[in-house]
Amino acid sequence: MPAFTFIEITMDSGIGYIYLNRPRQYNSLNRAMVREIVQAMEMFDRDEHVQVIVLAGNGKAFSSGADIDEMAVDNTIRLELLNQFADWDRIGQIKKPIIGSVKGFVFGGGFELALCCDVLIAAEGTEFSFPEINLGVMPGAGGTQRLTKLVGRTKALEWIWSAARITADEALAYGVINKVVQPEILIEETHKTAMMLAQKPALALRLIKEAVNKAVDYSLYEGMQFERKNFYVLFSSEDQKEGMQAFVEKRQANFKGR
Amino acid sequence: MFETIQYELKESVAYISLNRPDTLNAFTAQMNHEIRTAVKQASTDDSVRCIVLRGEGRAFCSGQDLSVIDEDTKLGDILTDYYGPMVQQLHSCEKPIIAAVNGAAAGAGFSLALAADFRVMAEKSFFMNAFIHVGLIPDSGNLYYLKRLVGDAKALEISVLGQRIKPDEAKQLGLTTAVYSNETFEEDVHTFAQQIVQLPTKAIGLIKRNIKAAEHLKFEDFLTYEAQSQSIAGATDDHQEGMKAFAEKRQPQFSGQ
Repeated sequence: MPAFTFIEITMDSGIGYIYLNRPRQYNSLNRAMVREIVQAMEMFDRDEHVQVIVLAGNGKAFSSGADIDEMAVDNTIRLELLNQFADWDRIGQIKKPIIGSVKGFVFGGGFELALCCDVLIAAEGTEFSFPEINLGVMPGAGGTQRLTKLVGRTKALEWIWSAARITADEALAYGVINKVVQPEILIEETHKTAMMLAQKPALALRLIKEAVNKAVDYSLYEGMQFERKNFYVLFSSEDQKEGMQAFVEKRQANFKGR
Repeated sequence: MFETIQYELKESVAYISLNRPDTLNAFTAQMNHEIRTAVKQASTDDSVRCIVLRGEGRAFCSGQDLSVIDEDTKLGDILTDYYGPMVQQLHSCEKPIIAAVNGAAAGAGFSLALAADFRVMAEKSFFMNAFIHVGLIPDSGNLYYLKRLVGDAKALEISVLGQRIKPDEAKQLGLTTAVYSNETFEEDVHTFAQQIVQLPTKAIGLIKRNIKAAEHLKFEDFLTYEAQSQSIAGATDDHQEGMKAFAEKRQPQFSGQ
């Protein structure tokens, strides 16, 4: 595996783990770190031994957001030329399920990174927030868009304008996250969820993700056309034949991801 | 480092003593803040296995220092800025907390005692929801805890009539775990705290968590929560020690880990 500076990666039973690894800075995101996260995700996405990707943070926090030291000196032209947010677009292209396993602070860019995940599991005591407004700026890596599509305009404006700290229970109530667990078992519960997904037919997992994501951008009619195509595609997979055969024979299916 | 309280660690017990005896330990914003800081400190210190809240002098705590309240005071802001964070800190603390009520616990002083897990009282002490006497309502989480401890009808009676609740009545109502004599109060509190110190501290924290979770979870979700908590408890050293001691027919020596 390639060497990374700001993240750690491991693989275990078909699950590719990515740990943000600047614990003393509460995993604040610098540009190089985001680049590494994207590279690791793309690597796992191509790796046939990986079914599911887990994104987590080392230390107390998931991520306290962008590295402000790095950003304080930026100007408009430099930002345009750097085009740093293009890296974030690549996260949206990952086909395999991404599980975010979060705790402590999930702030700013850290919150945006969490919103890129398909499943979010949070430890009790996790706090979500967009504090950008208090620095005279705003979310720039999808925060205003992803959060609004998730919770609607009313709450998105409230949370982003006020920089309020949202508790895990509140995030759960608004459908931002899937599950709240006690901190001691965050890793175990994340692993359990990853294992559950890893045992599903991989092609169906990815075509479902693709179709569900289309629902965010497409009209209902276009989305349904898209869904239909993906549905048909699965009928050319071995897993579809095995799945239906196993159902008829009343046994467990043995999926191969083909 | 504290001015309005004292913080002392004695045989794994963190004593937080309100230390404004001249005012019967009345709260000021600084005291709210210092209690919060002290509770946080005790919560994160592995050597602490029990927290005792007590008052210096003849009272436990007489509630808000009314001498600093004038017509410009925004009471709601005081709660939001000072009392709320203090009570939150107590509420989220996973270590066992004993309120050692050595004398009067009135107004927010009663609220402070209610935020503890155990209340033990000296014979001469009493509780009083004094807020009504100045036209206010019980605050600092008071009614949240009180209605759960004694039920709606009694909580209303105590809050509306604002009478003293002496140790005998407190005992009947379930507001106190034990009543100790005035003369031996400090020793008896320490003995009780030592009893708590010897228990598996992590399990106590998980019991507190589960009781809180039961307030808002559906039964099915509570059972999941309980199962997860039990896996956490099952992974502690104290569980291993408990099992081992049971098999060896001896008293367990819990480390709190």
